[in-house]
Amino acid sequence: MPTSCSACGTSPAALRRPKTGHALCRPCFLAAFEEETHQAIVAGQLFQPGETVAIGASGGKDSTVLAHLLQLLNQRHGYGLHLVLLSVDEGIAGYRDASLAAVRRHQCRSGLPLHVVSYRQLYGWSMDSIARHLGPRNNCTFCGVFRRQALDRGALLLGADKIATGHNADDMAETVLMNFLRGDVGRLRRGAGAGSAGGEGAVPRCKPLRHAYEKEIVLYAYFQGLDYFSTECVYAPQAYRGYARALLKDLEAIRPSAVADLCHSGERLSLRPDLRLPARGACQRCGYVASQPLCKACVLLEGLDRGLPKLGIGKHQRLRDKLRDGQPLTQEELKRLGAPGENEGELPKEQETQMEPGVKGADKEPWGGWELRGPRGLDF
Amino acid sequence: MAAPVSLLVEFGGGAELLFDGIKKHQVTLPCQPEPWDIRSLLKWIKQNLLKERPELFIQGDTVRPGILVLINDADWELMGELDYKLQDKDNIIFISTLHGG
Repeated sequence: MPTSCSACGTSPAALRRPKTGHALCRPCFLAAFEEETHQAIVAGQLFQPGETVAIGASGGKDSTVLAHLLQLLNQRHGYGLHLVLLSVDEGIAGYRDASLAAVRRHQCRSGLPLHVVSYRQLYGWSMDSIARHLGPRNNCTFCGVFRRQALDRGALLLGADKIATGHNADDMAETVLMNFLRGDVGRLRRGAGAGSAGGEGAVPRCKPLRHAYEKEIVLYAYFQGLDYFSTECVYAPQAYRGYARALLKDLEAIRPSAVADLCHSGERLSLRPDLRLPARGACQRCGYVASQPLCKACVLLEGLDRGLPKLGIGKHQRLRDKLRDGQPLTQEELKRLGAPGENEGELPKEQETQMEPGVKGADKEPWGGWELRGPRGLDF
Repeated sequence: MAAPVSLLVEFGGGAELLFDGIKKHQVTLPCQPEPWDIRSLLKWIKQNLLKERPELFIQGDTVRPGILVLINDADWELMGELDYKLQDKDNIIFISTLHGG
């Protein structure tokens, strides 16, 4: 038999908590996990009474546990919140269709309203059609940038005051690691916090589970019998995040508090006061929050629509300048921006008309002063 | 000589994808000179159940970090981990935390 629960002292313990090392029985763990989430919500003043909160629901473990907890705590503690499930359909066959089915099952059981926005409807491109143009790499850059904006657009449609996402402590620690490895100072400052304030088409965000270990989220879901979807996205094996994740898991195996400690480092990091970071303004095309004349989503879309899918990825300042000035690009330059060569690139028929490179209206676009100071890949 | 051991072995959280998508496996471990423990069970699983990409399930002689192990619904960290001696009718569950969000 395992040791007894360190809280009630009677029942056999069901798990060792990674952050504290305490052994708890199932009922004491469930109660502690719910209470800690409540305390995080109260202490962080994440919500105000009467607010409509859109829960970003992917059908995976984190958002399923988040939706379950918010509904439970809203009733238990009388938050007075109007909760809505908000899902993004990226258009990834065999992955998102199956996970959306899990969201719909959750909707039926919970009675919460559900709203789905799709990339195809918002951007005219599904992830599968983007991947056919782009090849196996960088898909997560498109998907992350588009998802961030899609959640905002969906939340605005619903009249939501806030978006709550299921990011957990492991996600936060991975992001700190990734941003460190990329030297992405601006994102280190923004990404490791509790959420974002909103403005310029962005809805305020919060992460009620950001202190919760993945292990505890998974065990909470298991002990509560929550039904969630757990297949890895078909494009994810190429993502840089996977390496940060593997490193974090190895560190956690040696010292479980590494996850919480990394989150803490990210939150407490202070930047030199003379460090200049790009000012945040509004995208000149769509009005969404941006630190450049065009937001990242519009740059990525511009590349897709021109048949140059890598236009928004990597350092292509000179080529963007040429495009802006209406100068023709050489075959080699077009290829660097992801245009298919003569012997490759099987494109779906509906997109073939968009393969004419660098033409109409290029000089009308606000490309001036455009400089990519940020990371090569972006993360939501 | 250890007697045969019957177990219910389960995979979840995406780990089942490495086992032809089958979540529940009723297995009987054969007689062997040493008593069965989780360490020897993992070797047996690798040889007999694991269908693809073994490195996503096993690293060295243990499970890949990020895979939770429950022994009769209790965290294996409380049960001796690899050294836990298997009993007849034990239920061993492997849950991946590595998928989706």
